Amino acid sequence: MALIELRKISKAYGTVSALRELDLTVPEGCLYGLLGPNGAGKTTAMRILATLLAPDSGSVVVGGVDGLAQPRDVRQLMGYVAQEVAIDKILSGRELLQLQGDLYHLPRNEREDRIADLIDRLAMGDWIDRRCGTYSGGMRRRLDLAAGLLHRPRLLVLDEPTVGLDIESRSAIWQLLRQLVEAGTTVLLSSHYLEEVEALADQMAIIDAGRVIAEGSPDQLKRRLGGDRVTLRVREFSNADEATQVRALLEPLDGVRQVVVNRSQGFSLNLVIEGGAVIDQLRQTLEAAGLPVFALAQSRPSLDDVYLQATGRTLMDAELAIAGQRDVKQEKRQSMR
Amino acid sequence: MTSPTASVALQQQQSRALAELSQETWALTRRLFLQLMRRPSTLIAGVLQPLIWLILFGALFANAPEGLLPGGMSYGRFLGAGVIVFTAFSGALNAGLPVMFDREFGFLNRLLVAPLRSRSSIVLASVIYITALSLLQSLAIMGTAAMLGYGWPGISGLALVLVTLLLLVFAVTALSLGLAFALPGHIELIAVIFVANLPLLFASTALAPLSFMPTWLGWLAALNPLTFAIEPIRAAYQGPLDLSAVLLEAPYGDVTGTSCLLILLFLTIGLFLLIRPLLNRKLS
Repeated sequence: MALIELRKISKAYGTVSALRELDLTVPEGCLYGLLGPNGAGKTTAMRILATLLAPDSGSVVVGGVDGLAQPRDVRQLMGYVAQEVAIDKILSGRELLQLQGDLYHLPRNEREDRIADLIDRLAMGDWIDRRCGTYSGGMRRRLDLAAGLLHRPRLLVLDEPTVGLDIESRSAIWQLLRQLVEAGTTVLLSSHYLEEVEALADQMAIIDAGRVIAEGSPDQLKRRLGGDRVTLRVREFSNADEATQVRALLEPLDGVRQVVVNRSQGFSLNLVIEGGAVIDQLRQTLEAAGLPVFALAQSRPSLDDVYLQATGRTLMDAELAIAGQRDVKQEKRQSMR
Repeated sequence: MTSPTASVALQQQQSRALAELSQETWALTRRLFLQLMRRPSTLIAGVLQPLIWLILFGALFANAPEGLLPGGMSYGRFLGAGVIVFTAFSGALNAGLPVMFDREFGFLNRLLVAPLRSRSSIVLASVIYITALSLLQSLAIMGTAAMLGYGWPGISGLALVLVTLLLLVFAVTALSLGLAFALPGHIELIAVIFVANLPLLFASTALAPLSFMPTWLGWLAALNPLTFAIEPIRAAYQGPLDLSAVLLEAPYGDVTGTSCLLILLFLTIGLFLLIRPLLNRKLS
């Protein structure tokens, strides 16, 4: 049974379209990953789901409740952990959790029991009574996660929960998320870390330019691609012209399905090939053209390949392309009420 | 006709709603007071600044000729009412700052994703906090003024002072909260506070009576809401309370104590009605 159903959601900020008729169905009881580069529309979709933002068109149904008509009911069954950790630096972590408990109308005893449980589970005991202003990024993120879980939500929505975290905090969060899913909570998690989605998600969707471009379990998506992946270099650090020349040589070969120039990895080339025999053919063709192979690695398809297949560029290249176009001030204004 | 069971259910629902509204409002108000206790500079500065005004201005005109001011009162006593109002006004004008910071740092979003019974609790908590803070600061100034020999209102006078201050604080808090949601950031809000603060004080009867002012300034002062708060408080310090007495001989006519309070009441209601659509939009 689907817990979240987003149908044909569109949202534009002025002339910029953040979401274009996005459809998303999240089954109950799973950890669902939303993978996509920054600026793909993940945060906008999550803010709409969390009732912080109204879509220009489309429908939002969570747990059978119309999120646009009955937002308060949706808020009641959801815990939302935003990308930017919003804490009150003057309060202690415990006071912040108490405030959160009161905003969700928990009875005092239940609130205190729940806080004690979460302090234990997220290993926050040593610092929870210190002021939040003294916390590291990892501590803040754990506190924010505890706040999102305080009222035992049926659905936990996490927007990029481990960005910039140390290994210890990341591992503590991953462990807790696995426990939550085992206990029946549905988790929707956005990330632009491939390994995070691959390690945690039962089901996932890849978002690009405001649309879902692929959906399924990580294994299904990779299997669906088929073929082997080859990363090839003719020089340690090549350039755009040389990479284009190599691509032109390799594309016509039998057994080569796709050749993409990977700008973020020194203009290496990512190929999709049919069977290992093609490798010899690649080497021979390049040697004949005076461009002998400097390095070559063969692998099974990864999620990055799924993204590559769907968009024609790697996730890293998409990140780099968007990095120069982002207007941080504008984004802050959009997130402000 | 409603069945008894349905009626009981409705009653339970209403009492639950009220309990939830109280719980969230109390939690939000508590947060503001915790912030104040741990960073008391706002409270101290809010008392210190008017105190300096009271002491320095009081001393500046201490030797003014007798009979210069209406009713033959001393300048210190005349000034006291102005400084009390200025204290409450300045405090209330800052009401929007915590809200603005919550908007900027994303904390408001944390509140808005919670299933609040009513999002008015966010505004209500700010009003309760700023009212308590402004009254506390004003009482500190009143106490100091009394120690400096500028007098103390009687019981009925004190009630009038409190009612007047409450109306003023509500009105200015509404204005400040409206600005906090309308302006893009705290820099702009602080700029508005700076620009509004002193000119409104000078263009009122806080420091000098209307008769001392040139005509244009007299008009401004007679239309300034601060004047309508200052005059009843000044009257409360002067002796037996008579709200029907003329407190201000304005260029457009005489203004009684009752008129002053009614003007403040309408101003408060008007400002809350004015900001309501904005709050509805921002908090919806």
